[in-house]
Amino acid sequence: MSDILVSEQSAPGADGSGRPSGRLLEVDDLRVEFRTRDGVAKVINGVTYHVDAGETLAVLGESGSGKSVTAQTIMGILDMPPGFVTGGQVRFHGKDMLTMSAEERRRIRGEGIAMIFQDSLSALNPVFTVGFQIAEQFRVRRGMSRSDAKKRAIEMLDQVKIPNAKGRFSNYPHQFSGGMRQRAMIAMSLALDPEVLIADEPTTALDVTVQAQIMDLLGELQRERRMGMILITHDLGVVADVADRIAVMYAGRIVEEADVYDLYAKPAHPYTLGLLNSIPRLDEKGQQLRTIKGLPPNLMNIPPGCPFNPRCPMAQPVCRETVPPLLQIGTGRASACHFAEELVNRD
Amino acid sequence: MGRYLVRRLLQLVPVFIGTTLMIYLLVWKVPGDPFAGKCGDRGCPDNYRAMMTEKFQLDQPWFVQYATYMKNLLQGDFGTTWSGRDVGEIIAIAYPNTLKLALVALVIEGVIGLTAGVLTGLRRNGFLDNLVLVSTLFLIALPVFVVGFVLQWFFGVKLGIVKPTVSNEMRITELLLPGFVLGSASMAYIARVSRTSIAENRRADYVRTAIAKGLPMRRVVGIHLLRNSLIPVVTLLGTDLGALMGGAIITEGIFGINGIGRTVLRAIVTKESATVVSIVVVLVLVYLVMNLLVDLLYAALDPRIRYE
Repeated sequence: MSDILVSEQSAPGADGSGRPSGRLLEVDDLRVEFRTRDGVAKVINGVTYHVDAGETLAVLGESGSGKSVTAQTIMGILDMPPGFVTGGQVRFHGKDMLTMSAEERRRIRGEGIAMIFQDSLSALNPVFTVGFQIAEQFRVRRGMSRSDAKKRAIEMLDQVKIPNAKGRFSNYPHQFSGGMRQRAMIAMSLALDPEVLIADEPTTALDVTVQAQIMDLLGELQRERRMGMILITHDLGVVADVADRIAVMYAGRIVEEADVYDLYAKPAHPYTLGLLNSIPRLDEKGQQLRTIKGLPPNLMNIPPGCPFNPRCPMAQPVCRETVPPLLQIGTGRASACHFAEELVNRD
Repeated sequence: MGRYLVRRLLQLVPVFIGTTLMIYLLVWKVPGDPFAGKCGDRGCPDNYRAMMTEKFQLDQPWFVQYATYMKNLLQGDFGTTWSGRDVGEIIAIAYPNTLKLALVALVIEGVIGLTAGVLTGLRRNGFLDNLVLVSTLFLIALPVFVVGFVLQWFFGVKLGIVKPTVSNEMRITELLLPGFVLGSASMAYIARVSRTSIAENRRADYVRTAIAKGLPMRRVVGIHLLRNSLIPVVTLLGTDLGALMGGAIITEGIFGINGIGRTVLRAIVTKESATVVSIVVVLVLVYLVMNLLVDLLYAALDPRIRYE
């Protein structure tokens, strides 16, 4: 895998010197593999992205593309073993978190970087009240008294627009509806006023109507607090309204990164194009849904060359031999396709 | 909750009547002469027979006997032995000893079992894990009298660091060894159940959330993980206390403890029917109440369980 080139768009400080680059959170050439009984799965193969204060980066990809594993590595909640970080850095304010002491890293969690999980029912502890789980952070991390912490927790529940916050403080997670529970989860993650919020498929487990409400709430809170937000999703519809930039992941790599507008208007990677085409459209009612043919590659045996080449309608011989590096095309966008220019310039 | 409690308490009534009746019939209605062996080789004199027949209503049909017994029992009268001793008094002397032993056993099995379970559950396949797995297998496989005699010999006789038998004062230090013996099998089960429970829950999403919140590891494990993993263990401990309070015929016998187990054994051997019935009735009652308490405890530990 040493032939994979890394994006050249790295910011100053990305050379591993640890100098502050001014970036809030950077993932730099991250590599993670899972060592299982059946073999080694290369889950993350050189992922580079960053998020700054006040901006939202959407990380898009199918299940198994490595978007959640990247987030877990950032948070330090990856199951190790079987997971192993084999290379790269995760820098927060320019400091590599992967080489920090456990204690230093723990302090960043919650206060520096917080995370919202997909399934709020299993992510909240079933035997403690929602209020306890929020207030606990104020007590443990801020040393507040029980009553002060409770007051602050109720304020948080109020901020995420949970009706009757005071009354719901002492409810257990199973007594909340899915949408309300996800709101509580958001309140919990924002309790310590984090600089970066990672939302891992925050709306996947919810009804469509509730999904929109939760996304609106997240967007609103992100703007209010000028947080950097990493929004992990496989849903292109969710992304459009909230995200500033989008990074598309495939087989543990970023295959395209662009502003939301550019990406929707002129995708620079055939995979992105396929994703956009597979959104069901009202004017094609009654016709078969368009899909991307084939399946994502087996991560224990990623095909040589571009990992997307077996499914790619544009694949040429070069795609089966050389891994296309993630290269800048135009301003602020990058693509890992040998034919990125052609794609963007067609029509 | 209140309704549930009332319903459960009402359910105890038929169970209590059924079990006591069964015990009563088993003890009093076994074929054979109730006076056999009571008065040595010569047999009992007629006036003694007449007196006892009247005292224990031996000429009445069984349901009259049972009804009289229950009526007295509800008034707190446990009956008397053949020689006229109050059975209630016998129980009052023996039961505190059993209770003390049971509590010592419970604390030992809870503390050691849980500690071993938590440590091995967090770090599986290590040296400690294998040690615990093998030693618990031993404790489960060996009958309690083997464990009892071996430990009594080793610590009491060979090393001489404890007295091999327990004195009448029932000091806590004397009870440590018998308590360990009595709780050994359950301790092994508790270690194994808590090990599995911890190992299962430590990968749970809510543990991950707790870590992501930046809580210190000891709080993640000690509060979030432990509270969830304890649910099956506490139920096990509660049921076990019910069983432990039923007395331990073997352990009490080995260490010479004057508890309920030994008393009931002696009563069976000497055909003290009134004593046997009353003690077993008390044990049934204790067991039923303990069971109810465990069910209520379960709801207290897991808020998802609601009784109505």
